[in-house]
Amino acid sequence: MIVEPQRNSSVCFLRGRFVSFRKATLLLLLSVLCLPVWGLIEVDRLSSPALSERYQYLVAEYRCPKCQNQNLAESNSPISIDLRTEIRRLLEEGASDAQISDYLVARYGEFVLYRPKVQSSTYLLWLAPAVLLLLGLLIVVFIVRRQKRGVSSAQTGLSGVEQAELQALLGTAEKQKDKVVNPNEAESK
Amino acid sequence: MDRVKLFIPLIIFVVLAAMLYWGLGRDPNAMPSALISRPVPAFQLPELGQLKDADDTTLVVTSQSELLDETIFLGQVSLLNVWATWCISCRVEHPYLLDIAETGVRIIGLNYKDEVEAAQQWLAKYGDPYEQTISDTTGGLGLDLGVFGAPETYLIDHLGVIHYKHVGVVDDRVWRTTLQPKYQQLRNTLPEAAK
Repeated sequence: MIVEPQRNSSVCFLRGRFVSFRKATLLLLLSVLCLPVWGLIEVDRLSSPALSERYQYLVAEYRCPKCQNQNLAESNSPISIDLRTEIRRLLEEGASDAQISDYLVARYGEFVLYRPKVQSSTYLLWLAPAVLLLLGLLIVVFIVRRQKRGVSSAQTGLSGVEQAELQALLGTAEKQKDKVVNPNEAESK
Repeated sequence: MDRVKLFIPLIIFVVLAAMLYWGLGRDPNAMPSALISRPVPAFQLPELGQLKDADDTTLVVTSQSELLDETIFLGQVSLLNVWATWCISCRVEHPYLLDIAETGVRIIGLNYKDEVEAAQQWLAKYGDPYEQTISDTTGGLGLDLGVFGAPETYLIDHLGVIHYKHVGVVDDRVWRTTLQPKYQQLRNTLPEAAK
């Protein structure tokens, strides 16, 4: 009887929180919608929609050499503006994505690539996640197998009587736990 | 074996701490040039003219017609200093460049994405440490060199090959600890006639 209103109030409270949370989520999503706007910059200057699409993709692929944690699309530093102009020029001249990549790397180094080439100097970078994952899996497998073996050999060091006593204690403990969980049930019994 | 295992967290901590400490001392802005050991890219750009008189406001462009190309680096070890009048740090390093030039170091200027008149006025007003100044108003050579901001200073040998790039202000410390030793090393490998 006393439990019911409490439960209701907590639901109401939760429901109130849920509504505001939904509003906040909506706002957050709306603000995220603003992000693709940068993609529209300068696109209209390209001659075909296909080139615009490649341009959009490419400017997000390369890192601004000056600001370092922004890509060419996000950055408004003079060098990024220059490089965007350069990419547009190369696109209009019919350069392939690989040619544009080579052009930038020849001038600004591998640094501008957000996706470094797979080569001897970047093997560590590319393979480290897979190696670490494998290592983690091996450790988990090792631990699990050892635990299983430990249980099966059951070297608890208890005599038969002690084992029986332990079972009895565990049994009563579980019964008591049931009582605590369902006091009403226990009373009714 | 169990005793050894107790030390595993300590070992992981020491390794991690060492890596992080090493990372602390690294300059995240340090970006080696992609053109090290490569020749200076080909270019054909006008020389920045000079004002005839610092007080002359008629902006006489004396030698804009003269085109410079990459052969100006041949025969001598040079510094190539990228500068512009809009670059505040360039103003900071300017007096020091004058000092270096006075000791006989050959400095070529690259006036990067700048207005010719403003650049000429700057040199007339603050002094001209450059043997010659390349006028790169559109930044095309800068782009080919991988310039991403002024000031930048390249060390170029007598064959026109880039050996080192310093990003940022050249001051006494930078010159004495990094640039001068490399410059001297290049000078020492020069054939006698070229000195």
